[in-house]
Amino acid sequence: MSDIVEKTLTALPGLFLQNQPGGGPAAAKSSFSSRLGSLVRGITALTSKHEEEKLIQQELSSLKATVSAPTTTLKMMKECMVRLIYCEMLGYDASFGYIHAIKLAQQGNLLEKRVGYLAVSLFLHESHELLLLLVNTVVKDLQSTNLVEVCMALTVVSQIFPREMIPAENSSGYKDLTGSFITILKQVVGGKLPVDFNYHSVPAPWLQIQLLRILRLLGKDDQRTSELMYDVLDESLRRAELNHNVTYAILFECVHTIYSIYPKSELLEKAAKCIGKFVLSPKINLKYLGLKALTYVIQQDPTLALQHQMTIIECLDHPDPIIKRETLELLYRITNAQNITVIVQKMLEYLHQSKEEYVIVNLVGKIADVLVLNTVDTYAPDNAWFIQTMNAVFSVGGDVMHPDIPNNFLRLLAEGFDDETEDQQLRLYAVQSYLTLLDVENVFYPQRFLQVMSWVLGEYSYLLDKETPEEVITKLYKLLMNDSISSETKTWLIAAVTKLTPQARSSNIVERLIQEFTISLDTCMRQHAFELKHLHENVELMKNLLPVDKSCEDIVVDASLSFLDGFVAEGLSQGAAPYKPHHQRQEEKLSQEKVLNFEPYGLSFSSPGFTGRQSPAGISLGSDISGNSAETGLKETNSLKLEGVKKLWGKEGYLPKKESKTGDESETPPIPQESTIMENVDQAITKKDQSQVLTQSKEEKEKQLLASSLFVGLGSDNTISLLGKADTVSHKFRKKSKVKETKSGEMTSIHNITCSSFSSLSNVAYEGDYYLNTLQDRRDKEFKKFSLNSELLDSESLAELHLVEKLSNCSLSTPSLFDDNNMEIFHPPQSTAASVAKEISLASSLLEETTEYIHSNLIEVCNNETVSVSSYKIWKDDCLLMVWSVTNKSGLELKSANLEIFPAENFKVRQGCLDGIHHFFHSDVLALWFRSSCSTLPDYLLYQCQKVMEGS
Amino acid sequence: MIKFFLMVNKQGQTRLSKYYEHVDINKRTLLETEVIKSCLSRSNEQCSFIEYKDFKLIYRQYAALFIVVGVNDTENEMAIYEFIHNFVEVLDEYFSRVVIMNYRNVEMTPESIILLFFYLRLMGTKYN
Repeated sequence: MSDIVEKTLTALPGLFLQNQPGGGPAAAKSSFSSRLGSLVRGITALTSKHEEEKLIQQELSSLKATVSAPTTTLKMMKECMVRLIYCEMLGYDASFGYIHAIKLAQQGNLLEKRVGYLAVSLFLHESHELLLLLVNTVVKDLQSTNLVEVCMALTVVSQIFPREMIPAENSSGYKDLTGSFITILKQVVGGKLPVDFNYHSVPAPWLQIQLLRILRLLGKDDQRTSELMYDVLDESLRRAELNHNVTYAILFECVHTIYSIYPKSELLEKAAKCIGKFVLSPKINLKYLGLKALTYVIQQDPTLALQHQMTIIECLDHPDPIIKRETLELLYRITNAQNITVIVQKMLEYLHQSKEEYVIVNLVGKIADVLVLNTVDTYAPDNAWFIQTMNAVFSVGGDVMHPDIPNNFLRLLAEGFDDETEDQQLRLYAVQSYLTLLDVENVFYPQRFLQVMSWVLGEYSYLLDKETPEEVITKLYKLLMNDSISSETKTWLIAAVTKLTPQARSSNIVERLIQEFTISLDTCMRQHAFELKHLHENVELMKNLLPVDKSCEDIVVDASLSFLDGFVAEGLSQGAAPYKPHHQRQEEKLSQEKVLNFEPYGLSFSSPGFTGRQSPAGISLGSDISGNSAETGLKETNSLKLEGVKKLWGKEGYLPKKESKTGDESETPPIPQESTIMENVDQAITKKDQSQVLTQSKEEKEKQLLASSLFVGLGSDNTISLLGKADTVSHKFRKKSKVKETKSGEMTSIHNITCSSFSSLSNVAYEGDYYLNTLQDRRDKEFKKFSLNSELLDSESLAELHLVEKLSNCSLSTPSLFDDNNMEIFHPPQSTAASVAKEISLASSLLEETTEYIHSNLIEVCNNETVSVSSYKIWKDDCLLMVWSVTNKSGLELKSANLEIFPAENFKVRQGCLDGIHHFFHSDVLALWFRSSCSTLPDYLLYQCQKVMEGS
Repeated sequence: MIKFFLMVNKQGQTRLSKYYEHVDINKRTLLETEVIKSCLSRSNEQCSFIEYKDFKLIYRQYAALFIVVGVNDTENEMAIYEFIHNFVEVLDEYFSRVVIMNYRNVEMTPESIILLFFYLRLMGTKYN
């Protein structure tokens, strides 16, 4: 191939010199582009970078003038392009010429076009905006009858056009080409190509490599296709015996292919022998390649590691760090429960030596992978060792590591394994070791590590016998007062203190801390301090709110804060102004201030969505509060990281996925045959080792010892865990973290709600308001009833109410939430109707379709002997559904039902948003559905209905 | 896959660069400095492949000139290593050794520059 290139190149000077017959290189220099020649000469003669810059700038400005001058001919343009390329190549910006390059490619004759294309392919890249201008030219040239033009266009397409524009990649569509590729490779290997293709008497080596790669893609997981290529692979292996670097390159590719396609034992054996050649070679480059090959194949056949164990050990202490790292990569793939301590030890050693951030991140990730994987698998490692290793990992890589690592570590601690006492011991050990670490003076730990520590201490300090919570709090307090700690970490710390406070008997430190931080300049810290202060005043509430060791339990939360509706109603009935959202308030303020507005309005004012909200008569709905304050809550999680973490442990969300995952892993079929072979090999090797021991020096003995500890258990069952380890781990991590995201989106922790209730309330961040006139009478009664009925978090909501009542003198303002057509009618599908019809009992009458969403409990609204009406709410991603079902209890056939919902009329009239309540009636159950795109459909609907029904 | 191709002299000056994946022109300088620094820090006994960020660097030294190729993880290092040599051999053939001896003092003929580009382009299509 390269020789072909060479030939093409030989022809090129001629191409350029077409117009000047008889020109050699010397002649070309003088005439064809003497300007370029003198530029190059000028630059070569310079001695400093500064001079070079000056010269090039000069050149560029003269070029700029030339290319934009209308008198410039295409021929001159071509000459300019070459100089521009040279400047750009030297690292200077020549972007002013790009457009001219495109023009040249468009308009020039063949030679000029060629230079134009060349310049374009060097100047532009796949996301460059000017690329669009080239598309037409390329398309035109692709259809050209001139082969050279087609070639130029193709070259440019492959160079700079984005991948999406050139479809390919999936190998399954090209299986029928396997035969052709095999034939080509056979011919190449068999020396059928002209000698010109040889490189150091190896026929077209890079073509061979490329073909082997193609075969690898085609034969992967495909027995039939793989069988076709066994012969040619065998021949490749045989032929590549010449002792030259490039044959090793071919061999490497060949081995890789043999181990990637459907296996054939005979070939595998030969390939393994080949790897031996690499690994044992004194040439360091080959050794590197050998290690790399071993890393590939070891996942399929760990016995190879056993064969080369002594070499691997030597490489582990190799003076070249690259070799060392490659060896660690190899060991990483063969880690199992028996050798994990040794391998991790080696990795940590390397970690301590390396300074480059990329290396640290990478290695830390691998250690964490190995640890977590092996801990999750049934082997329970030594607690102390596990925690200490993690400590080392956090200390070194804490600031740069991937955030998943601390998260996964904490999840591991929180979820634990099967054995509860073991878990407690692990946690206790973690707590103890962190306390010891914190005792050390003048040591700075990475912020992430401190965050991990504070979470663990907050959750699990109760396990301690000797140290009291007060002592732990004191330590945390000391950290809090430390200036070198970031404010993010401080929020973790204060959260830990908050968790420990209910357990502590005396609270001097806590009070001091509250004093200190309620005047903090950091608003986030101040917020936390105030929360702590409020909670501290009500220990019972605090204990309920922060139960011990419940980090794994789910908290179901009413994100709509409907339990506050009554409170808001009360406020309104006492004459408080309905809530106005922030932007409306601002808007009104502005409109008051400016009588004449000479400035153009901001975008937000012209947006049509807001116009509806301006009408003061707009009815505001109680629980819309919820939507917005839930939002605030979410925003807060940015800073309240600890609470964010807490939510991660909720099992319900991701457990199903995780289970199926682990199920897959454990299902991997055992390989009994292999295991016996492996044992034999193991024994054979130990025997061999023993026989050699006598003659070996002490140093060698140490190596042997290391080897036996590294390669222990590399047989039988462990092979299973070796397969594709890296992938499964990272995949698992990814999966979990995804779930975590959605989860935190859906659920709002108690904490957020409490925050928003007692901090936001005082600020009147309340986005709720009430339907005034109807609520004025009987409000107290309804209010109580409502809060009790409507929500899941009974104790919390009650507690909330206390607070709420205290703060009830705060003013409430107004918004109009259901401005436009927020509500729409939802038609239940027929199937649902049928299922509804079947379910007569009240308890089971949750609609099937809806059970997968978060829904409130079924609340009976009213009943008599024959009919009961119940309702529940469903929170969907995009809306809130309210379902009412009317159940016939009597067993008599209902001939007709007449349901009148009066308030519906009111809504319609006043809001123009509820165009009608759709009721669906089928046999003896009547289901009513409301649907609102506002995710917080108000409870007042329910209330209205209840009222009316009770009255009737 | 080849990501970039550099010719750098011992003083750290880039003599020729070709990127097969777009890199911002300002970032190139930084990358080139770091690349040559890591190449210069290696001794003859160490292997010719370096891990640099998520690239692998494959380098060969010819007198005062380093040729460094950055590739991604799927590339065969030895194939690239020999490829560099092939490249140099071809240049050698054309310019009768002058390129290798001291690239800077050579009066580069314009064709030679164009040739270099064509050559690099061909390499690109071959490996991209």
